[in-house]
Amino acid sequence: MLKIKLSELPILFDALSAKNKLYIPSDTKGGARFLPYENGMKLTKELNTVRSPKDLFFPQTENLMDFKLEGKKIEVIDTREECEDFVIFGVRACDVRSFEVLDRVFLSEPIDTYYKNRREHGVIVSLACNRPEETCFCSTFDIDCANPEGDVASYICGDEMYFEPLTEKGSELLLGLSCLSEGSEAPVYECKRNIYEIKSKLPLSTLSAEKFGKDMMEYFNSDKWDELSEACLGCGTCTFVCPTCQCYDIKDFDTGNGIKRFRCWDSCMYSDFTKMAHGNPRVSQKERFRQRFMHKLVYYPMNNDGLFSCVGCGRCLSKCPISMNIVKVMKKLGEGKDE
Amino acid sequence: MQMVNNEFKPKIVAFCCNWCSYAGADLAGTNRLQYPAEVKIIRVPCSCRVNPMFILRAFQRGADGVIICGCHPGDCHYTTGNYYARRRMTLLFSMLDFLGIEKERTRLEWVSAAEGQKFASTMNDFVKTVTELGENKRLEDLRCKK
Amino acid sequence: MQEMMKKKAIELLQSGEVARVLGWKKGEFDYDITPAVFESVEEIEKEFIYNSLCSPNLSKYLVKESRKEGKTLIFLKPCDSYSLSQLITEHRVIREYVYAVGIECYGKTDADTIKQKGIKGITRITENDGVLNIETLYGNEKVPVYEVLRERCVNCKSKKHPVYDELIGEEGEMVDDCERFDEVAKIEAMTPEERFAFFRNELSRCIRCNACRNVCPACTCEKCVFDNDASGIAQKAASDSFEENMFHIIRAFHVAGRCTDCGECSRVCPQNIPLHLLNRKFIKDINELYGNYHAGENIGNRSPLTDYTQNDAEPNIVYERGGKNNA
Repeated sequence: MLKIKLSELPILFDALSAKNKLYIPSDTKGGARFLPYENGMKLTKELNTVRSPKDLFFPQTENLMDFKLEGKKIEVIDTREECEDFVIFGVRACDVRSFEVLDRVFLSEPIDTYYKNRREHGVIVSLACNRPEETCFCSTFDIDCANPEGDVASYICGDEMYFEPLTEKGSELLLGLSCLSEGSEAPVYECKRNIYEIKSKLPLSTLSAEKFGKDMMEYFNSDKWDELSEACLGCGTCTFVCPTCQCYDIKDFDTGNGIKRFRCWDSCMYSDFTKMAHGNPRVSQKERFRQRFMHKLVYYPMNNDGLFSCVGCGRCLSKCPISMNIVKVMKKLGEGKDE
Repeated sequence: MQMVNNEFKPKIVAFCCNWCSYAGADLAGTNRLQYPAEVKIIRVPCSCRVNPMFILRAFQRGADGVIICGCHPGDCHYTTGNYYARRRMTLLFSMLDFLGIEKERTRLEWVSAAEGQKFASTMNDFVKTVTELGENKRLEDLRCKK
Repeated sequence: MQEMMKKKAIELLQSGEVARVLGWKKGEFDYDITPAVFESVEEIEKEFIYNSLCSPNLSKYLVKESRKEGKTLIFLKPCDSYSLSQLITEHRVIREYVYAVGIECYGKTDADTIKQKGIKGITRITENDGVLNIETLYGNEKVPVYEVLRERCVNCKSKKHPVYDELIGEEGEMVDDCERFDEVAKIEAMTPEERFAFFRNELSRCIRCNACRNVCPACTCEKCVFDNDASGIAQKAASDSFEENMFHIIRAFHVAGRCTDCGECSRVCPQNIPLHLLNRKFIKDINELYGNYHAGENIGNRSPLTDYTQNDAEPNIVYERGGKNNA
């Protein structure tokens, strides 16, 4: 266990950013956000960022390749570059789990080389949640916010921060950081004990996902979708703040002197999602709404050994313009259903 | 004496209404009045055909200035088109200004079919203004840059 | 208030005067209130709610609901009532299919505003005499509603209902000393460089979730140009700062002269972008150039952008007024 005084955190940030690109969650006018560290930037006091850290591995838009046209010749230009090493500091346990959800999509055959490139070069320093909020329900998906995963786990205990390397990458990161000193484990135990105490009081601590990940057709045909989706605006807020949503669209942009092929996040809530020659296969908002939650709660776990594609971070709970969210869906769908 | 090669030459898009201003540009041509070759004319049926998107798209694709020319108020071929255009463009230009985009890059002028002289002088003046402003940086799309 | 509204809804539903009721529904916590359509007395008795946290504007739902069989009862705060009036003017909602009940409003708050005060881990909110008792995981707080009002309510423009069949509570008046344009004027007084930096900082946070567009009661196109592949400008994410600007300019321009300034766009923005500033800039310009105009004030009013006078100001007025020059 290594430690540093909270007041000396800037020294650690400076040391880390001297070696690698460093991202820390910091406050902006629009809430906390993972930003490239610059001298003087402070770690946020917010529990979580508005946008999840997924865009550091899977950015909202990214250029895939360029085309140049000359006469009848088309030249394809590979724009990929080897990513430099970077560190993401202060990732919450739920968001760490979200990387596993993304990995299963992007790192299974055919491997997404754009994602893999970033994923391999990123080191994750997670941070335990001292003050979870009412919108948290990570325990529903067996995530322990007092024992976050990642390459290095960190804990804030009083006016000190403790670090525990969990992987080889993590040990390597902490190696030779002279600003860190040896610390005992007792304060971290105390910190975890406090977290568990609050966790047991969280209003959503009893929410269970046991009923999901099976009975596909029963859920699909449920008559509750009408009521659940009636107020849905069809915006993409839930999708874009979600750490596990990974759908994207690929488009060509005509720059006037060539073509840029890029991909960008897409949302199943949009009317032109998976649009084909005949239109969107899901014509109504109810069908689009159902798709999002069926994917998270039923399709994904059925295809991925029971791993849900929700991590209980609570972002959609606090950001949905009309306050419809996965917790309400789970409770309503689970109502009156046998185990 | 050789001109300096890297001298900034702005790209100007001029939306001209079919009935007055386009004919005005024609007249400027037949009268051999000089106006800069950087002005690219796009003919539209009426000045009110110009949608804010046209203007933004022109900037996106590399224009440094956009000018809209229509019939004088009261002379619109469709009676009232330019009155609507006037309100729309006033509000749009004001919004661009509000967002901090140089207001001098946009302009609306009334040029009749008989005003070849005015067309040429307007264009000369506009090109001069935009040249002084330099390249459009605030409303550019980096992807469209060569 | 809530009880009176419930009673009214049940009465009209039972008499067959209306087929459904548009209102607000309780959520998981006390603050996550969802717009809802109630079709039975049981639903209303169990789930209908009205309090200081009922922020969402319901009028846009009428575009869909009023196309159904029978009348729809809608509860309207003054803001929402302006939106409905504008929707009727634009023939997006047919007046005969709506039973509008105006309700008085002293300003709304929501979880976002409360949380921005640093109150986190909210487990319960009750309201008593204009004071919110907030229980959290980390202690209890008492906050008067007026301290956590949304910006649009702090700068409330009107407590009047331009359209209603019936009123619950007192009818108010337009607010004379409303200061809603102050912020716009402050920005106008900056230099272009400052304005550019200000809006870049704001608009660059946009994640293009389209919530501002989808919640807007004035945005009722069947297919938005930004969703239409054939338009050539469809975009799902801003790939360049230009696209951020373009989306927001066009969004605001398209509702110019029709925006009732209900403030929903800023309320729903997950990134807290003050989108209402763009709309208000248009309203302020319209007021100054073409005379005071308030969209939705009267049904059938002609929007300033579909109107003209022969003596309108020329666009070069923009060069002369407001903001400092580049130099």
